[in-house]
This record gives sequence, structure tokens and C-alpha cells, in this order.
Amino acid sequence: MSKVVSSLNEIIDLLKIEDGMTISFHHHLRNGDYVLNMVLEALAQKGLKNLNVNASSVFDTHQPLIGHIQNGVVTGLEANYIGGVVGRAISEGVLAKPVTFRTHGGRPSDISKGTAPIDVAFIAAPTSDTMGNCTGKYGKSACGSLGYAFADAQYAKKVVVITDNLVPYPLTDFSIPEIYVDYVLEVDSIGNPAGIVSGTTKITRDPVGLVMAQYAAKAIQASGLLKNGMSFQTGAGGPSLAAAKFLMDIMLKEGVKGSFGLGGITKYMVDMMNAGCFESLLDVQCFDLDAVESIRTNPRHREISAMQYASPNAKSSAVDSLDVVILGATEIDTDFNVNVHTDSNGYIMGGSGGHSDTAAGAKMAMIIAPLTRARLSIVVDKVLCKSTPGNTIDVLVTQHGIAVNPLKPELALRFKDAGLPVCDIHHLKKVAEEITGVPKRIKLGDKTVANVIYRDGTLLDTIKSVR
Amino acid sequence: MEIKKLATAGTLESSDAFITVEPNENGIELNLESVVINQFGEEIEALVYSVLDELDVKNVNISINDRGAVECVLRARIETAVMRGKE
Repeated sequence: MSKVVSSLNEIIDLLKIEDGMTISFHHHLRNGDYVLNMVLEALAQKGLKNLNVNASSVFDTHQPLIGHIQNGVVTGLEANYIGGVVGRAISEGVLAKPVTFRTHGGRPSDISKGTAPIDVAFIAAPTSDTMGNCTGKYGKSACGSLGYAFADAQYAKKVVVITDNLVPYPLTDFSIPEIYVDYVLEVDSIGNPAGIVSGTTKITRDPVGLVMAQYAAKAIQASGLLKNGMSFQTGAGGPSLAAAKFLMDIMLKEGVKGSFGLGGITKYMVDMMNAGCFESLLDVQCFDLDAVESIRTNPRHREISAMQYASPNAKSSAVDSLDVVILGATEIDTDFNVNVHTDSNGYIMGGSGGHSDTAAGAKMAMIIAPLTRARLSIVVDKVLCKSTPGNTIDVLVTQHGIAVNPLKPELALRFKDAGLPVCDIHHLKKVAEEITGVPKRIKLGDKTVANVIYRDGTLLDTIKSVR
Repeated sequence: MEIKKLATAGTLESSDAFITVEPNENGIELNLESVVINQFGEEIEALVYSVLDELDVKNVNISINDRGAVECVLRARIETAVMRGKE
């Protein structure tokens, strides 16, 4: 038998893709991905309509999706994250049906439970053999981990691997095995390497960011969690990476040896493992080339599926063993609910990703954010969108002080004993508004443009249109 | 104070504002763009007129591209643009 086909058109015919079907994509090629656009273009050319797209994330490079929505080719969208370009169109109401937002853990959970069925999964694979054993570790478009694609491969009715590096059978160092794969398609290029690795993964040099990062590292030190065996995740934002760097200095100085680093992995996490701060890395997505190189060469740097990363439906997942996570926020309210879906004008420009999964799992979930951004307080009375529930957020670190969730009084005591500037979150809001003035509450439209589904499958919030 | 020539002040960095003033013959014409127009649009507009009034500027074309500057920054940038434009 041969699984290798010569064109997307052939696949569409072989799989009898019809109007109304659900097709899925993963986002490890990030803003360099060509595959989602390539597939939708082929389906549009064939005259297909009313498709439902389930993409683990949508980036700005997927702008052509807006045209497919306007033309009725795509009428449903499910994602864990949507970047600002497509997000703006969604907020302005381009899609009749609300978008379904999930989390990185909730998506594989819902796929496995059958609440988010997939007809055809398209897996962008930087290297595949002729039977579909595939990996992200090798090839000119190498992206490292393929963590988010596992659930698609395992549960979609049909699975197509699209690669730009077809190798003879068998590829032994595979991530996704041939047992799930129906067809393999070789194309010239699955992505632009310059867009695959993020440009945001740099340590901040902004003095405000460095102050916050110092506070964050000291708070982790004071939390009681900084001891041998500690596990840790951090985002790829500048202050979060700086906090990781300061934490590394503390761990090396005190001789603390952690157990694992989790999540989207950057060079800084790789450096921490190599310096002896962690035994291992559990990697659902690589953010830069150093992480890709490390996952390829270091057996202690282990690829995990999104299911194992964060699924509440798995018998256990890595977030359940997580001690400390550092996360960002566009807004946080005085009940510690966090918004990472919309900007302060209500436009969609993000999504949960693993935010609410790690917050729920970690012993200490810490938000790090400047108290004000462009004349707006980070602390508000009520977030425009509840992305992560406040009862899973423990600490807010800003340059003006650290607020601790009243649910965690012992943490506040530890921070105070360590001389950290602990204050009430209402006080932070007051300080911010003394600087910025009191903003007028913005008015949103009546149309629901997105439903935010929590990791357990329940509706957490809705996002309204922007008028 | 009379605006005699085109002058600018500020930058397009986040939390700053870029101000342009130009001579005008019939009153104050304000062109305001702001990333926080929904939250602070009215305050910013009122501030512009108030600062121009304090400086006794009666005729000017003033363009403001506000990237989320706080009030004291806006005030400083407007004053600077006006001072540069009067010479």
C-alpha cells in the first residue's frame, strides 16, 4: 500500500471531504505556518462551504481565513488562541456563529470525549516517512515538539500528514506514529522558519520589567516552594523570562535542584536545565531554535502531548504536578479573575492557551504585569473577559507591589516576612488610577462573538462584539 | 501666542504622544487619535483646549497621536510643540 498522495485535491477526493465537515490544525509552526492557508485555499477552490475549523491556535499569518469566512467557506471556528488580526475581524462580527475558545488542556479533553469531533486532521510535520511516522525535530521547518497535534492524530476520523521533508520508511525517531495516519502529502514548504520561532522570547531590558521580575523571583524564593524537586513553568513574555533568569541565579546560589520545567519551552528553560536547575523539561511546544536543538539532542528534554500537558480528562497530567507558574495578563480584576482573550477595547487578541490549565494545576500561580500599560490600569473592577477564574490565581506581581489572593493568607505572611511589598489588590488599582485617571467603562455590542469554554467543558464567559 | 510654523513634539512610543502644531487662521482645529479614546477621549480633548487657553493660543491646527500618555505627559508635549511653533 502507499499512503503518499500527490496533491491536496487528490486528498479531498479520496477522503470525500464534504460541506459542513470539521477540519483541524495544530500551531507549532506558529506565525510561519503555511499549512492552514494552503488547505483552506484548496478546499475553497473545490467549492466547499460551511466548514468548521478547529485550530489549536490562529496567528496573524492566517489572515486569509477572514476571506474564507466572508465567502462562506468557513462558518465555524474553534481555537485556544486567536491573534490580533483574525481576532479583530471576529470581534467586528465577521462570523455569524460564535467562536469556541478552549484551553490547551480542554481541547484534547473535548476531542477525546467526543464533544469536539474532527472529521479530518491536517498535521504539519517537518519530517515524515512514507507511512506517516512523523516528527517536528528534523527538517528545514523543524519546530521541535508536536504536542498539540497528538489528540488530532488519535481521535480525528481521518488524518493527513503534510510534510516538506519526506524520508524513507521507517523514521525511527517519530513523535506521531503511522497507526493514526491515512495519507501523506509532500509539499515544497510547510512554513517560513523565520515565523516558526517567536520574536518575543527575549529577556526584557526595561527597568520596570526588571523590577517586577526581581519581585517575582524573590516571591518564589519566599513562597516555601523553592526547594529540591520544584517544578516550574513560565511564559515567553519579557518580564516572565527575566523572572526565570533571576530565579535561576537564586537556585544556583542556593544549590536548589528542581525536578522539571514545563510548557512552551524557550532557550532560557533549556539553559536552566543545562545549568542544573531542573532534571528535565516536559515540552508541548518549542518557542525558539535552542529549544528545538535541545529536544532533538537531549533525552532529558521530553516531548509531551497536550493531553499529558494539561488535560483535565487524562488520568493525570503534568500541570497536576506543577509547583510554580508565571503567567501574563491583559487585565486582572479585584477578584483576581484574569483576561488574556481581549485587549482593553474588547478586541480579541489572544486566548487561554495553557493559562487557566496551569493556574488550576500549579501550587502557586503568579501573574506578572506592569501596573499600567499605555494609560490603563492592569487592575480593573471587572475584567472584560474571564479567561482564568480568580480562585486559581494566587499572586499578582507589579512594579508597585505584590497583591496576594485573600484565599492564600499564609502566602501573604511569607512574602511580608521576606520584606516584599505586599499590598491589597484594591490598593494597586487606586495607585494605578492616581497615575492614569479613572477610565470610562467601554461599551460593547450585543452580539456574542465567542464562547470561552473552561478546561472542564463548562461555559466560563462570553465575548461580545465591538461596536 | 501665535503659531508661526509647523512644529512637533513627542514620539509614537507607547505611553507617549506625538503632537503636531501648524498655523491656522480661524480658531483651533483639533485632530485627535488615541489608543484610549474610549476610556479618556473627553478628558484628553478638554485638556488640549485648557492647555491652549493657558498659553493663549487662539489659532492653531493641532494633531495629536496619543499612544496612551498620562495627563502630565500630554500637557508637556503640547506645551513644547506650541513653544517650538511660535518662533
